[in-house]
Amino acid sequence: MSREDNYILDMQNITKVFPGVKANDNVNLSIKKGEIHALVGENGAGKTTLMNILYGLYTPDGGKIYFKGQPTKLKEPQSAIDLGIGMVHQHFMLVDTLTVAENIVLGSEPRKGIMLDQKRAKKQVKDISDKYGLFIDPDAKIIDISVGMQQRVEIIKTLYRGAELLIFDEPTAVLTPQEIDELFEIFTSLKEQGKTIIFITHKLKEVKTISDRITVLRAGKSIDTVATADVTKEDVAELMVGRPVLLQVEKTEAKPGNEILKIDNLEVSDNRNIQAVKGISLSVKKGEILGIAGVEGNGQSELVEAITGLRKIDSGQVLLRNEDITNYNAREIKREKVAHIPEDRQKRGLIMDFDLKENIILGYHDLEPFSKHGVMNYEKIAENTQELVDKYDVRGGGITALAKNLSGGNQQKLIVAREFSHDPEFLIASQPTRGVDVGSIEFIHKQIVERRDNGAGVLLVSAELSEVLSLSDRIAVIYEGEIVDIVKASETDEKELGALMTGSRSGAGGEGNE
Amino acid sequence: MSNFSAKLKSVMTELGLSLLSIIIALLVGTLFIFLTNKSPLDAYSALYIGAFGNFSAIANTLWRSTPLILTGLAVALPYRAGLFNIGAEGQFLMGGFAAGVVGFYFTSLPGFIHLPFAIIAGMLVGGLWGGLPGFLKAKMDVHEVIATIMLNHIAIALTINYGINYFRDTGRPATPKIMDTAAMLRFNQLADHPILGKLPLAELFNHPAIRLHLNFVLAIITAIVLWYLLFKTTLGYEIRAVGFNPDGAEYGGINAGRSIIVVMFISGAVAGLAGVGEVLGTHLSFMSGMDAGYGFTGIAVALIGQTHPIGVILGGLLFGALAQGGLEMQFSGIPSEIVMIIQALVIFFVATLQVLKVYIGKKKAKGGVK
Repeated sequence: MSREDNYILDMQNITKVFPGVKANDNVNLSIKKGEIHALVGENGAGKTTLMNILYGLYTPDGGKIYFKGQPTKLKEPQSAIDLGIGMVHQHFMLVDTLTVAENIVLGSEPRKGIMLDQKRAKKQVKDISDKYGLFIDPDAKIIDISVGMQQRVEIIKTLYRGAELLIFDEPTAVLTPQEIDELFEIFTSLKEQGKTIIFITHKLKEVKTISDRITVLRAGKSIDTVATADVTKEDVAELMVGRPVLLQVEKTEAKPGNEILKIDNLEVSDNRNIQAVKGISLSVKKGEILGIAGVEGNGQSELVEAITGLRKIDSGQVLLRNEDITNYNAREIKREKVAHIPEDRQKRGLIMDFDLKENIILGYHDLEPFSKHGVMNYEKIAENTQELVDKYDVRGGGITALAKNLSGGNQQKLIVAREFSHDPEFLIASQPTRGVDVGSIEFIHKQIVERRDNGAGVLLVSAELSEVLSLSDRIAVIYEGEIVDIVKASETDEKELGALMTGSRSGAGGEGNE
Repeated sequence: MSNFSAKLKSVMTELGLSLLSIIIALLVGTLFIFLTNKSPLDAYSALYIGAFGNFSAIANTLWRSTPLILTGLAVALPYRAGLFNIGAEGQFLMGGFAAGVVGFYFTSLPGFIHLPFAIIAGMLVGGLWGGLPGFLKAKMDVHEVIATIMLNHIAIALTINYGINYFRDTGRPATPKIMDTAAMLRFNQLADHPILGKLPLAELFNHPAIRLHLNFVLAIITAIVLWYLLFKTTLGYEIRAVGFNPDGAEYGGINAGRSIIVVMFISGAVAGLAGVGEVLGTHLSFMSGMDAGYGFTGIAVALIGQTHPIGVILGGLLFGALAQGGLEMQFSGIPSEIVMIIQALVIFFVATLQVLKVYIGKKKAKGGVK
């Protein structure tokens, strides 16, 4: 038993069983005081369950928890908060219409008589914000501040309640690359002030960047705890997946053929009717992957929606195999053998309340053999679904399970299975591996490259720079609705792309334009 | 197949929940019956005997459930497409009125033409009355709740206030009586029918008090057709996709606008058929007051039936039984208001349990792994 002074938390042999699943199976986790500890594992490995036990949301079926050397029972979040454990959830729990300060003190307000002491609340929030370099305006309304800022409000909330150990549940999932950098600065500052951080993630790059030690969970078991400095990303990935994983995409030189897609001077507006795509021209050849790199919100989504028939094109042209498909609808474009992995799988890519077999025909549901004379052939559909689910290794309850009950990675694999099974000649993949675990990322990347090698043209849009770099043959950098530059993937690096993405090299073209 | 048994289990749970809410409603209802100084046991046995006590009672329960099953379906189908059809009332009136006019206006058509003609005319007009808000929703994003409510008012004015006055030939607030050739077959005439009279049960129905008519059969057929449409056809797939996730449906190349118009047309036609049956089968003319709020009760019927066409049949039967048995309850001295309260309690508890079910579902999800 390690109850030494330098361990703030020691969880031993934690077991938690849900109907049909052993979510945590004798898990051990020891956290040193003042460290940044990454808790990694694939979706469904039991990370969130373990943290919910620590935060008092679940009661474990077995095992012991020592906090600062003392055996502890956590019955509810309040007992965790009282001990000094704070949690920053993936989905923020803030009241949109209240100010930052009001949100932070909510539930333990400083009072003046029966009234909220606004002044004191603001001062306390300001003090914490200054101490950790969080730069937050206590008077701003939540609804008016960015997601990154909202996350800081959550951080201050835990600090305000005296947290010494802060748990972050996939904090980077909702952030832009810059916001991630800023979050890591905050981590460092918290650490310098003596706080301890547990950081749940499945992004290996982040683990390497920021953590001191790593604990890996796989299928509900704790596999190992290692010092970050002693391992490579590949080592961690192998621990997570249980077999060696290729993090670098293996692909041969592209053999580009004829041009398949040509976009000419495209202009598209966003939902607020503001021009989001400002005269983009691009071309993609058969057998090549053109990546689009850029900070999210620079017109990528609108560009993809315009090409796939989901958004009206204001002016310009889209040519597929030299045929004008401008403002074709989504169905017509699908029939042109264009596959689309949408950026938001829950909003676009799947009907979450449909089961797997109903989802795997979405967009192809009116074609034979799935549908004949307006009547569905669910037997054929079931057969086809089973085949694809096996081939693409979609796990989670069989073909009659609802899509919403699958993990994110399996949902994405379901979409990939559907889109790739109709022999696309042109593929648009938007954020194809967002929120997907390492094993599935490798699989999806392989599938995309395989399509390319079979002669399909691929347009890849990703906020993940490393993904764009490793998959693409050419890279177009988008900034404020324009293509700033197109470079060969082999002749560039993250640094150059990062600079282009923020519009710096183009100087005149990027900034002076609006 | 385990698939089938899982489905059966979920259906049984749903039915169990509905049954439970009915029992709770009846229990709470006893409190109100006590207010009248009557014995709840007597009151409920009167309710039961009134609805199921003898063959005539059962037949009339089916008769009373007929328009409710149809208006229930007219709410349930759009509900699956994410639309709330408050307009079944107006569609019911328009359909009934059209059938009534066709029924008396054409005097020399043979029955095998006149009746189908009147039915189709009623369904078509009802369908247009439903399709119009669907069209407005699809093309101009006019909210279907507003549009259907407004169309209800227009339908009332058009048929009851204006239409009846335009056509009526007696002091009765009704259109002229329809021709015999347009009347729906009544079950108590079965025995006299040259062919159907040979059916084994025909004699049983031969009782003047039995008012059950052909439209009940049409209602059941409609429910089965809609079930097939929703769950077996490509159109049904698209309707359900639009209902669950319009963005996902759009991505899948589904024309949501078209689905919305089609769905609203069909449900308008189904609500219209309810009106057709009341005119051609029950009252033999279009008369003021014959709608009896069926369009609105249909909302409750649809929800109790979990917006599943077969469930809607059961929901319609429940309300039919409450209406039919309620009469007997009134005869036993319970004021009709109390009967209405008990009906309302059933709706209330079914809706409450629905919320509870959602809550349980959430609770279960919380227990799962991420």
